[in-house]
Amino acid sequence: MSVSGVCADPVVRDQWYALAAVDEIGADVSTRLLGLPIGYGLGPGGAARAWRADDGAPIPARVSYGYLWASVGEPPAEVFDVPETREPDRRIFNAGTLGLAVSAPRAVENFLDIAHFPYVHRGLLGDEPHTEVADYDVVDRDGEIWALGCRFHQPRAAAASTEEVVAQYQYRVPHPYCAMLYKSAPGHPDRLDAMGIFTHPLDDERIRAHLFLCLLDDVNTDATIRRFQQTILAQDMPILENQHPKRLPLDPRAETPVRCDKTAIAYRRWLSSLGVTYGVIPAGAG
Amino acid sequence: MSPGDGGPGPASDPRHRWHPIAAVDDLVFRHVYHGKLLGRELAVWRADDGFVNVWENRCLHRGVRLSIGASDGRELVCAYHGWRYANRTAGCTYIPAHPADAPARTICNRTFVAVERYGLVWSAEDPEGEAPPEAAELAGAETLVLRNLPVNAGAGLVIDGLAGYDPESLAAVARRTGDAAALQLGDGTAIVFFVQPVDSDRSVIRPVMTPAPPAADRIGVLRRHSAALEALRKNLEEEAARRPPAEPMTPALEQVPIHLAELPEPSPRGRQAPLRVRVARKWDTAADVAAFELESIAGQLPTFQPGAHIDVHLANGLVRQYSLTNGPGQLDRYRIGVKLEPESRGGSAAMHHTVREGDVLAVSEPRNNFPLRRNAERTVLIAGGIGITPLLAMAQALHHSNLGFELHCFARSPDHLAFGETLDRLGDSVTAHLGLSPADTAAAIARALEGRSPSDRVYGCGPAPMLAAVRELAEAAGWPAETVHFEYFANPTEIDDSSSFEVALARSALTLAVPAGRTVLEVLRDNGVDVASSCEVGACGTCSVGVIEGEPDHQDVYLTSAERAEGARMMACVSRSLGPRLILDL
Repeated sequence: MSVSGVCADPVVRDQWYALAAVDEIGADVSTRLLGLPIGYGLGPGGAARAWRADDGAPIPARVSYGYLWASVGEPPAEVFDVPETREPDRRIFNAGTLGLAVSAPRAVENFLDIAHFPYVHRGLLGDEPHTEVADYDVVDRDGEIWALGCRFHQPRAAAASTEEVVAQYQYRVPHPYCAMLYKSAPGHPDRLDAMGIFTHPLDDERIRAHLFLCLLDDVNTDATIRRFQQTILAQDMPILENQHPKRLPLDPRAETPVRCDKTAIAYRRWLSSLGVTYGVIPAGAG
Repeated sequence: MSPGDGGPGPASDPRHRWHPIAAVDDLVFRHVYHGKLLGRELAVWRADDGFVNVWENRCLHRGVRLSIGASDGRELVCAYHGWRYANRTAGCTYIPAHPADAPARTICNRTFVAVERYGLVWSAEDPEGEAPPEAAELAGAETLVLRNLPVNAGAGLVIDGLAGYDPESLAAVARRTGDAAALQLGDGTAIVFFVQPVDSDRSVIRPVMTPAPPAADRIGVLRRHSAALEALRKNLEEEAARRPPAEPMTPALEQVPIHLAELPEPSPRGRQAPLRVRVARKWDTAADVAAFELESIAGQLPTFQPGAHIDVHLANGLVRQYSLTNGPGQLDRYRIGVKLEPESRGGSAAMHHTVREGDVLAVSEPRNNFPLRRNAERTVLIAGGIGITPLLAMAQALHHSNLGFELHCFARSPDHLAFGETLDRLGDSVTAHLGLSPADTAAAIARALEGRSPSDRVYGCGPAPMLAAVRELAEAAGWPAETVHFEYFANPTEIDDSSSFEVALARSALTLAVPAGRTVLEVLRDNGVDVASSCEVGACGTCSVGVIEGEPDHQDVYLTSAERAEGARMMACVSRSLGPRLILDL
């Protein structure tokens, strides 16, 4: 599969992808989606529009969770549900968008990973010597992967944190190229902050990653929260861009996992079982 | 490579040929150099002991380039999850996400050969010969490495182009050979241009001159050749741009071994001694304590972790366990210490009186049942006598990583303190407690255990009465049992093997009778069920097996009291059954 190749994988092609936060869209934008040159913009009344660049033919487009989503295939009627967006006291916004020279599945897998916090997000999401990842559960819920009961020692878990905590985490993978995480919300012991990585795959080795927030934080300004989250995202960038190969290998013998990688193992198996071939190196493909 | 007269020609598979991958000067102290040869990326680093490591530039956990990791001089630490890989073997020594587990010994990144010659570092994927062939022009005289020059052109084109290199019309006589071009200049100097094939469309010219010009002229010479090479590069790149683009090389990445593809399962193994080592050095390190340095006879010694021990198989048929005292990344030799036991049953006496320098010993691969967690803010190490040996390895690992620790060494006198030269290098973290009475020893241990914070850990190794004191004092000082770890030399328990019972093996679907006088381990082995073991007296923990049903009669000193009460594991060498039947997870 060539780097700039147009996606022939029906599983990946027939999905919605977040292209941009609606409030960041000005004039029409030219880009690519799964290797196909496209354009997008907002029509009269803020209606989402997207089209093929070659013949101008419209492609499916919609607005959900503050993003413009589009598809180059035949997408489902709705973007996957994020029920937390219906809770009125949450702040919903795009924390930042970052271009990354990596496949979407590598970026999603990194989003699902806890063990790198003390090394990549030192002083924020983790700190040596508190490196241990306690055992947690990975379950299948209605065809989605969920990781439950993750706990990790964090010096500063969120922009609203003032002290070290043992943060509780849950992860959810509702889409081959998107993931959600739920973590302890400072000041809200019974509820969880929600955030997500929504990737816009330019092709199989290049993405734009949007960090979606759905927070209970009623203290910090948007700018403070953005600065915190963009710092985290920027710390992941050199790791993600130095992974080789850039596409996620699905063959179990390509890379070695340990116990704390249970979510990643489930994610790779799930992609295999869905028959995903784009953005990955399928098992047996070398 | 002898220009003009043979050597492997360019027709042979380039993966078999030696190529330069870096200048020796590129391997700066504690730097990890990013190299590339024939499309394959390499992480190249020199350890503090001088060894040059050439590794596949890819952590086999998640594929991250090791060249963005950090060298601490003995180990390379991956930037993503902090996995540590040892100098020389590239074996994984520590996985921070699981501090209590010794990593499977076989987690190992791919390594390649390295030889330093002519001021360059050479490697090959699958080399013919043990070193790069000699270049006749460079034999004998002093050499100077000129500036290396990366060129966006394939190696063949570059070597052809170098034949025309003649910076000052010195009537150069050029000869092309294999992967190099040699020039004899009219002024009596010779330059050999070694060409490193980086990829199908990229090369690095690495020129070496002889004789080296006098120091005063050196800058001028370097400048002249630098300018001439720049001009050559321009021509070569223009020529390369006119040609159809070459497909990039795609070197195959090795698959990880099948047992590393899934989450680790314990792999059973009997008492084996696959390694042959030579006693390189034997000396008295303290009263009644002989130290041994063991070097490999063939190949590299396997990776070990702090706390690991090896089984030494002696000529008299006895097998003894000795902890490795090495610091991190010291994989040229294993170092052990052996105390002469007055009541020796032949093990320590043989090591002291029979084994000499130059002798060959059969030893097991290192096994770690006393793993060091490195997620503590403070680690208290308490050593009694020869119990210093595993703790010395731990102390060096903690010291080298700047992690807080205190090493308390209890000994009868200064003469009884082993490995003093290593202790000296650990500075203020070491406290020697010499010639104390049992009461004073207990008081000193109690002081060492003061001021606990939640992440702190204690490791103790020494005689059984002392470890019992540490256990009691730690409990009294509020240390939870799971934060205090012990390694016993031996099991002081008088083993009662008078019971007879049945063991059912859940996974093997076998039921076996264990009669009085025989151990579970022996009965398992007799029936073809292989279980790894080492000390076989209930001290080391190697033969731990899972108990699914039944109540074990433990009799070991490896498990903590909480683990004993839980009854989920037992030692196949000494543990028996309190009831008529046990179901084991085998």
